[in-house]
Amino acid sequence: MSALLLDKLCKRYDNGVEALKGIDLEVQPGDFFGLLGPNGAGKSTAIGIIASLVRKTSGRVEIFGHDLDTRLWEAKSCLGLVPQEFNFNGFETVEQIVVNQAGFYGLPRKIARQRAERYLKALSLWDKRQHASRTLSGGMKRRLMIARALIHEPKLLILDEPTAGVDIELRRSMWDFLRDINASGTTIILTTHYLEEAETLCRNIAIIDDGRIIENTSVKSLLRKLSTHAFLLDIKGGSKIPPLPAHRVERLDDNTLDVEITAEQNLTEVFAALAQAGIQVLSMKNKANRLEELFIRMLEKGSPQQQEQQP
Amino acid sequence: MNGRPSQWRANLVSLQTIAYKETNRFLRIWQQTLLPPAITMTLYLVIFGNLIGSRIGEMQGYSYIEFIVPGVIMTAVITSSYANVVSSFFGAKFQRFIEEILVSPTSNLVVLLGYLAGGVGRGLLVGVIVLAISQLFTDLQIHNLAITVSVVVLTAVLFSLGGFINAIFARKFDDISIVPTFILTPLTYLGGVFYSIDLLPAFWQKVSLANPILYMVNAFRYGILGHSDIDIGVAYAVILLFIALLGGLALLLLRAGVGLRS
Repeated sequence: MSALLLDKLCKRYDNGVEALKGIDLEVQPGDFFGLLGPNGAGKSTAIGIIASLVRKTSGRVEIFGHDLDTRLWEAKSCLGLVPQEFNFNGFETVEQIVVNQAGFYGLPRKIARQRAERYLKALSLWDKRQHASRTLSGGMKRRLMIARALIHEPKLLILDEPTAGVDIELRRSMWDFLRDINASGTTIILTTHYLEEAETLCRNIAIIDDGRIIENTSVKSLLRKLSTHAFLLDIKGGSKIPPLPAHRVERLDDNTLDVEITAEQNLTEVFAALAQAGIQVLSMKNKANRLEELFIRMLEKGSPQQQEQQP
Repeated sequence: MNGRPSQWRANLVSLQTIAYKETNRFLRIWQQTLLPPAITMTLYLVIFGNLIGSRIGEMQGYSYIEFIVPGVIMTAVITSSYANVVSSFFGAKFQRFIEEILVSPTSNLVVLLGYLAGGVGRGLLVGVIVLAISQLFTDLQIHNLAITVSVVVLTAVLFSLGGFINAIFARKFDDISIVPTFILTPLTYLGGVFYSIDLLPAFWQKVSLANPILYMVNAFRYGILGHSDIDIGVAYAVILLFIALLGGLALLLLRAGVGLRS
């Protein structure tokens, strides 16, 4: 049984826009799954359909084996959603929002209050429990939505851009929290624009573009496809960069060199040539996030299926 | 979900939650929800009932203020129950926190009943406040408590349903004031609140019979005074018919996701 199964899922909006063109996707229980794609690719539409906020045109959705068309109550009971936009009543207090959400899932108020305390403490919101939600900072509002989504302890948690606009320190603490939730057995599906986030957290990834899944694999195998590595070298001395015909080398400024090597090449010959020209390499770092690089290439090239369909 | 309750029990808890949330909302902002109708209806009683009414004399064997009190209470109940649901549900839609309920397993019927609970609660509370104020002007004796209570509750349900449907179709704040301003208020004033339809020419009496509010005002007046221009059975039938029609429509709209799901 899959945690989530999408079968030939299509969505055509009333204005004619075809947001999803028959996507198939399977997420296994316990997975930490990344759903990536550029703006307008169809990620939020897919999540909207799974969460029953958007009507599908055709296809099938199953959450832990419960079909959304025939076993809606069971399917919804298994799902928690952290949406991209803040969608709570700004006049209600933090505690009211979380406790009421538990009520919508049928949890008695006593249990709801106990769980609210647990999750608000875990997300450092307990001190703010009596504050109106509109007075919270952006990061607190994001954490409030996570607490709200977890209050009924769903088996599948979907987070749509959960760390958008969140500072780096808070983002990392949210990552730790999500890792713990996942380790305790909750399947997590994450959409994000921070590819470092997906690379750090997710075990499997699907890339969606123009309403189609163009890649669906593990992060490891995806990164294996990356055939080149780019480095930034901090250099000193020498006036002219020696010719390195086998490598792509670009001087960014007096002290910085951009070098790209393929999987078959190594940096030794680059260092040797630079040393011969009297140039010292003081330090070196990876130029860019590897997944980000791969992601951009994939979107530029399109999927193998798309390429086959092209005349 | 750990310790998952049964579907029936979960829906019951969800209904209590929505009802509690809605009641809490109108009580929290009582200056906007309870005070204005109390002031407006007091002015009606002072100006129309007391000052002008004392010069009008009797209406259908009752002093004028006695005659209008049931209608004034009903007007307050109608406008309050409608306004509560239309503003609350549209506000939840507009600010998107209705999604809290839409993603949950709460059934459409429970969503509807929960919002109706808020509308009926506010309508009845306003009705009680106006009734209490009216005691300052006249000594009302309730003729039939069962009819009085059942008619006011059914009317509050009916107009809460109206507010709910209005909120479903509304896309902007202007849309939630059109129906109350151009339909509800004229129908209420022409619904026999301030006069008996026996005073109208035969033609306008027949036209008045097409106004559903006339039936509610008269049935309520019968409950309090024991007098009605309309047969009480017909009045109940009309109210229940409209509740069935609007209730069915509201559930159909919820099921289709009109105005809620893209």
